[in-house]
Amino acid sequence: MKARVYVMLKNGVLDPQGEAVHHALGALGFDGVESVRQGKVIELDLAEGTTEAQVGEMCEKLLANTVIESYRIEM
Amino acid sequence: MKAAVIVFPGSNCDRDMAVALRAAGAEVAMVWHKDRGLPDGVDLVAVPGGFSFGDYLRCGAIAAQSPICRAVVDHARRGGFVIGVCNGFQVLAETGLLPGALMRNARLKFVCKTLDLTVETADSAFTSGYRAGQVVRYPVAHHDGNYFADRDILDRLAGEDRIAFRYAENPNGSQNGIAGILSENRRVLGLMPHPERAVDEGHGGTDGQALFRSLAGALVAA
Repeated sequence: MKARVYVMLKNGVLDPQGEAVHHALGALGFDGVESVRQGKVIELDLAEGTTEAQVGEMCEKLLANTVIESYRIEM
Repeated sequence: MKAAVIVFPGSNCDRDMAVALRAAGAEVAMVWHKDRGLPDGVDLVAVPGGFSFGDYLRCGAIAAQSPICRAVVDHARRGGFVIGVCNGFQVLAETGLLPGALMRNARLKFVCKTLDLTVETADSAFTSGYRAGQVVRYPVAHHDGNYFADRDILDRLAGEDRIAFRYAENPNGSQNGIAGILSENRRVLGLMPHPERAVDEGHGGTDGQALFRSLAGALVAA
């Protein structure tokens, strides 16, 4: 079974990389991009029976730094 | 003073740290990240700069989960002294021994130069060799030194006199210009600038000597 974890900077935490991508899109002439936030996707290949709670624990302990990042799990 | 310098794959300031500590009179052991314990009688653990585990996932995140880091956290919880410089600061923040996080520099550039810092407090074994308000010059070399913490933590750090160093001119977007912070018991210091690269005339400056000497002095007495 697979799980996908989306890790994003929390709202209110400045995302300099997203800002740079936003700026570059504007420079390419793509108007109307209001804002850009950049994050990461982590795909996990898991043994059958692994629970979402266990993946949550992985996020809390390692995959996300909850001081600055939030995460969302898709199983 | 007996010191242990932790070595991760990708550490690159470990030997500089050992040289700086030995010059201040410390007995230094190098400790590999897979070791489960620190040598007996260690007073100070130094987590050096570099790019531990290639900065994969987040700077310091993988190192913070290594076997030796559990021993470092235990050492700190027992009241032991710990200094983390640059990547070492990132590792200590990831272990939770110090609050906040080090994010990508606000201008996305790797900053590599010698900067003026203000010593914000002389009330720690690390900074007692300076005067509060004194300006010192240490080199910085990092891509992820942008200190972030929420308002409550920033207020606590300021209120408890735990900001050890600030940048005279903010090079990376750090909140309140924070370059280094102390733990609640003032025995854990994390800072992005490199005092160990300012301990020899050949480095272009010796402002970092006072940090290692005051530490060695305090820990001999202890």
